[in-house]
Amino acid sequence: MKEISEIYLPDDVRYAEDHEWARLEVDKVRIGLDDYAQDQLGDIVFVELPQVGDTFKQGEEFATVESVKAVCECYLPVSGKIIAVNTALEESPELVNNSPYGDGWFVEVNPGDLSEMENLMTHVACMEKLKGAA
Amino acid sequence: MKESLGATGLILNEPLLWEKGKKGRCGFSFPRRDVEPCPLDEELTGEGPDFPDLSEVDVVRHYTRLAQWNFGVDTGMYPLGSCTMKYSPKTNEKQASLPGFTGAHPLLPSSLSQGALKMMFEFEQYLNEITGMYATTLQPAAGAHGEFTGMLIIYAFHKKQGAQRSKIIVPDTAHGTNPASVSLCGFRPVPVTSNEQGILSVEAIAEIMDQDTAGIMVTNPNTLGLFEENIQKIAQIVHAKGGLVYCDGANMNAVMGMVKMGNIGIDVMQLNLHKTFSTPHGGGGPGSGPVSVAKHLEPFLPVPRVVEENNTYILAEDYPDSIGKISAFHGAFGVIIKAYSYIRSMGPENLKKASQLAVLNANYIKERLKGTLHLPYDRPCMHECVFSDKHQATQNIATLDMAKRLMDYGFHPPTVHFPLVVPGAIMVEPTETESKEDIDQFIETFKAIASEARENPDLLHHAPKSCKVKRLDEVTAARKPCLTG
Amino acid sequence: MIYLPHTDEDIFSMLQVLGADNLDDLFSTVPEDCRFTGDLNLPEALSEWELNDHMSTLSNTMAVSPEYKVFVGAGSYEHFIPASVSYLLGRSEFVTSYTPYQPEMSQGTLQAIYEYQTLAARLLGMEVATASHYDGATALAEALLMAVRITKRKKVAISSLIHPLYRRVIQTYFGPTGYEVVELPYLNTGVTDTTGLDEMDDLAAVAIQSPNFFGCIENLQVLGQKAHDKKTLFVASFTEALAYGLLKSPGSQGADIVGGEGQSLGIPRSFGGPALGILASGKKHMRSLPGRLVGKTKDLDGKTGFVLTLATREQHIRREKATSNICTNNSLCALAAAMYMASVGGTGIRKLAQLNHDKAEYLKNKLKKAGVGIPFDSPTFNEFVVEFPSGFETTHKHLLEKKIIAGLCLSPYYPELANHYLLCVTETRSKNDMDTLVREVKS
Repeated sequence: MKEISEIYLPDDVRYAEDHEWARLEVDKVRIGLDDYAQDQLGDIVFVELPQVGDTFKQGEEFATVESVKAVCECYLPVSGKIIAVNTALEESPELVNNSPYGDGWFVEVNPGDLSEMENLMTHVACMEKLKGAA
Repeated sequence: MKESLGATGLILNEPLLWEKGKKGRCGFSFPRRDVEPCPLDEELTGEGPDFPDLSEVDVVRHYTRLAQWNFGVDTGMYPLGSCTMKYSPKTNEKQASLPGFTGAHPLLPSSLSQGALKMMFEFEQYLNEITGMYATTLQPAAGAHGEFTGMLIIYAFHKKQGAQRSKIIVPDTAHGTNPASVSLCGFRPVPVTSNEQGILSVEAIAEIMDQDTAGIMVTNPNTLGLFEENIQKIAQIVHAKGGLVYCDGANMNAVMGMVKMGNIGIDVMQLNLHKTFSTPHGGGGPGSGPVSVAKHLEPFLPVPRVVEENNTYILAEDYPDSIGKISAFHGAFGVIIKAYSYIRSMGPENLKKASQLAVLNANYIKERLKGTLHLPYDRPCMHECVFSDKHQATQNIATLDMAKRLMDYGFHPPTVHFPLVVPGAIMVEPTETESKEDIDQFIETFKAIASEARENPDLLHHAPKSCKVKRLDEVTAARKPCLTG
Repeated sequence: MIYLPHTDEDIFSMLQVLGADNLDDLFSTVPEDCRFTGDLNLPEALSEWELNDHMSTLSNTMAVSPEYKVFVGAGSYEHFIPASVSYLLGRSEFVTSYTPYQPEMSQGTLQAIYEYQTLAARLLGMEVATASHYDGATALAEALLMAVRITKRKKVAISSLIHPLYRRVIQTYFGPTGYEVVELPYLNTGVTDTTGLDEMDDLAAVAIQSPNFFGCIENLQVLGQKAHDKKTLFVASFTEALAYGLLKSPGSQGADIVGGEGQSLGIPRSFGGPALGILASGKKHMRSLPGRLVGKTKDLDGKTGFVLTLATREQHIRREKATSNICTNNSLCALAAAMYMASVGGTGIRKLAQLNHDKAEYLKNKLKKAGVGIPFDSPTFNEFVVEFPSGFETTHKHLLEKKIIAGLCLSPYYPELANHYLLCVTETRSKNDMDTLVREVKS
């Protein structure tokens, strides 16, 4: 597992307490799992995603991620309707390990309330929190 | 140290069944055709399954070679914590294979099944005596099936009282089957943490027990191998608020003849015949999970019940409050025979002695290994003891590495990474059927492995070396599942 | 005691290490008021030879072949089991090992279960089969709960011609869940009446058994189509696995999930257990399956090996959110079935299934000619229903004295079917046995 200082937290996304990230892309928000969470889980073997059209409130469970011997629930960082899911994860769940902020994204959401983004942590705040917990 | 048990001999490679054989072979002696052929409408018939055609010799060699890749209690020590891998007496197998038992049909009139019913009736009495409970059902097919039956009984009890409850208290040391059984029955498991001594505190239960809690599910002795010392007070608190106390009796091997669960506030419990009562585990079953209850829960037991009337035994259905049927027929009868035969062979004194020796063996291992391995709860244990890899972790050696290295020395590893409350747990349950010499050798082996961890850690990282295969790629197995050939 | 190896000297020296005076001292953490200080009131220990006498006395009271001619199936079938299967199944490496958590030391069990999963899936025409469940009834109940999870719907429809005891187990499993079970009636041809389905919406699953409890072969394809038109999962069940040596497999007829009983495949009846619950599905639903699964993989050297896989579905990881609470299953029974299927083989199983069918037809025709009613005219496999003249109960009892068990009386299960009996004929019943039965019924 990585040392805290090795965790990559890019500055173009916001972070939720449970290690989901959210990136505002014009009128939609792309969601994924951060580097810390994928590293803790280890080799990811399966990601269960919602269906396009499902709607969730902020903080509701929308996906589960599985390694060989652990399961982790993911909570949507911003309310909204799912407009796209990353079907590449069906065949290649390892994308979450290899490219957590790129090809390993989970879903895209049509956000209900963009101000919710403000409740999420910046990369600086997220790193401080990790250091505090370590 | 004695010479290591672990050696390598000639084992043979063997392909998959369907990579063998030739169309037209057969390993089955066909019964005589004494009636005319009578074809079935072709609309209804299919191609027939795509099975290989093998001779009897093909089949015998195939499974003999496969068997040689396995390790069982008959091969050597199998100290798998929480699983009670004691020796399975051979006479039990013989009794269960008597033609009168193997050929018995479950739905014949009871007048034609008296021997089976008598045995089941007596066996229920024996379990009542050992547990101190009032009545027993033999229908559940395994421990988890027994837990589910117990939960259904608790559900039925509260329903009969007129007010259903929604929660069950489950300690953090519980087997994974406990919360799963609870939720299968529509209850919500409420976790409670054990105290710094590794047992439940009275205060923790008092704090969360309320009128919406249907009961508590306690494993006693618990999965840290510790007796729940506060069990009577906990039971009082639960009972005072109208709840029931379920005991997961998977660890009953520690206390036969020493503790009667019925006397210490337990309302319902299951026993695992494949653990405490010596029936073999069969590579993952069949087991059997009888459920014993206190008098006030008897009306809810599954039907049919075996009842004695003037020295004849009948199957009675007339119990209006029963939860119903939990298996199609009478449970794992073939397994029950073996456990019955065990109790009859042991008798009361030896059952008690078995528990005492199981506890002796576990404490002896705990005492002699505690300098070598980290012991998170340093108190007298019951039938099993839980260590961790804390001392070795500094050398970059994890529990799994030590477990795999044990294989090279000819031992089955203990249970690892359970219970979850101990990170890197190593849970050792020797059982009473291991002799002092074998236990001493196990202890010496573990000490040798701890030295290797310091001096030559790669031996552990690359273990096992002597098995049929090396460590397997579980990630690919789960990412790209290949479940059939 | 021969299973307890400790000598007094061993006990003494081990106690010394622990600083204890006697064995009771080891129980110091058990509070005084929790201890049982008396003696267990159990019969005293028997020697091995006394036990032999005792057990044979008990087993000798049982009505079994060859002394009795049993024409009863109803979910528990008498089939020949080759000596090689019983012999191999007794290998202690299979019998005395635990669930294969440590794959390097359990490749025998793991490869054997992988082969079982494959053969069971091929028999049923499905893509995936689990490592086993307790019995047909619990496999079917779990199949229905699985359908509820997949569809997120709360109602299932099951045929009233599913084994009555299986339906009772389903009721028990569904009792506290709040999910609804509705039963579909049967037609006078002996198959399920599915017209009611048209009015039912929001069904998670429709479950049908074929051959059904009356022995009749259901038209699975039509039922499957009907279910799929309503976006409902089609669950097929069975009690007589051997039938699929001859009949179209449930998978080929559109079944989404199959749950049934494999006892016919080399497992003795043993008063109804242990048995073999077979549960199978398509790949699409494999992550919703309850119970253990074995998968193929490679070791560090690239050599083929087998492991338990997709474990995140299971209770030891997902705890209260698991697909089931099942842990110990009926692995050795699955192994027996694999050995049996391997022994009989692809050519053999078809021949054996045909023989079962032909023998049952022989008895059915003979009885018909003798004036016995055959109330349901749908094709059957190795079981069928007959209607004897009223008052047959006396004849049935009289036949028992002659050690012939002339079928299972159906009225306890179907009160409307007075004097109806379910008869079963497998390869173990000779023409002579059947002729005797017909002769006795006539007289």
